[in-house]
Amino acid sequence: MTVATRVIACLDVDAGRVVKGVNFVGLRDAGDPVELAARYDEQGVDELVFLDITASSGSRETTYDVVRRTAEQVFIPLTVGGGVRTAEDVDRLLRAGADKVGINTAAVARPELLVECARRFGNQCIVLSVDARRSDATESGFEVTTHGGRRGTGIDAVTWAATGASLGAGEILLNSMDADGTAGGYDVEMTAAVRAVVDVPLIASGGAGALADFAPAVAAGADAVLAASVFHFGTYTVGEVKDALRAAGHQVR
Amino acid sequence: MTRSVTVLDYGSGNLHSAQRALARVGADVTVTSDLAAAAECDGLVVPGVGAYASCMHGIDVLGAAEVVRRRAADERPVLGICVGMQVLFERGDEHGEVSAGIGVLPGAVTRLQADVLPHMGWNTVRAPATSALFRGVGEEYFYFVHSYAVHATDGSVTTAEHGERFVAAVERGAVSATQFHPEKSGDAGLTLLANWIGTLS
Repeated sequence: MTVATRVIACLDVDAGRVVKGVNFVGLRDAGDPVELAARYDEQGVDELVFLDITASSGSRETTYDVVRRTAEQVFIPLTVGGGVRTAEDVDRLLRAGADKVGINTAAVARPELLVECARRFGNQCIVLSVDARRSDATESGFEVTTHGGRRGTGIDAVTWAATGASLGAGEILLNSMDADGTAGGYDVEMTAAVRAVVDVPLIASGGAGALADFAPAVAAGADAVLAASVFHFGTYTVGEVKDALRAAGHQVR
Repeated sequence: MTRSVTVLDYGSGNLHSAQRALARVGADVTVTSDLAAAAECDGLVVPGVGAYASCMHGIDVLGAAEVVRRRAADERPVLGICVGMQVLFERGDEHGEVSAGIGVLPGAVTRLQADVLPHMGWNTVRAPATSALFRGVGEEYFYFVHSYAVHATDGSVTTAEHGERFVAAVERGAVSATQFHPEKSGDAGLTLLANWIGTLS
């Protein structure tokens, strides 16, 4: 047997509440991240990602509290990202109960942050989150963006993923900003291009729409597939995604 | 009767999850660096994430290795988790740096040979029929995160495969250990922890 392909649900959290429409039948409170985490756990999700999109630093405490309460109830891995700038931020999230911490813009600005964090906490809990789009500005044709995809950096996304892994990231979360929110399928070419240069686990993100979208991302080399709105809107369940992956010959839990 | 469990706090990672999961299955859990508590509890959990050398450094600073050795010699239960399992062996070799372990289990920890590392995610295991930890656990998946492992397997250990076969769990006398994280392995992990609690006396 080998390690199973992971299906990951991502929740955007703002000031302690899940945002980006969540439309679940039978939830007491569709905006409560802890309740949603428990629901996805029941559906058999393999891992959860909380993306903290809180603008004000004052609300960070709320995020730590959400992480703490989730870790009390849900016994599966939890990754938290968004606004992580320093090793101290990583430390606080890990202490609150996160198993892994996603680093994005701060690593683009200062790659040594990955080295510091990997040395202090181990590379297994450092996830490099790469928001990339197609672009003529780079050799691979994929460019790192910041600020939610609005700002190009001129940095080659494929090269950056490889650099990030060599600096200490234990996993790459590759999010296609072109595909994100389109429900038109993952950017499998980008997934394959990054897979070719990194030997740490790779999560494909952005674009999941149909059940048939998941297996091609895995065939392109993703170890895990991440989705958000298709789960939030109840388009289908985690279990249905796993059935589709299994039918395509991929091992799932 | 409620069993007392101490999760040894020597500065390594997220102890919250282990504490909560053990409490969920009915243990009276204390997270502490107090060696007297570690010596006296019904069951001692040695957690651990990150590098082998830094975990052993934390254990040595605390002087906790001797407590673990004494418990093992006295047949008092110990459960190592992830790097907390690895440090129970004689030595670890990371990046060519060899560190002495606590040494209550024979063997060494070396790098896994696999295309993708860390071995991160859910995998199945093969347990011996006599296993107490895996009693009632069928073809379940457990959550692993590691790049190093113990390779010397014999019929007494539980194994898993990622690139190659390695030791996923050990039960030897009062010393138990899992390379995976039972506290992050959903219901299967909780069952395993409940089984371990059931062995305490």
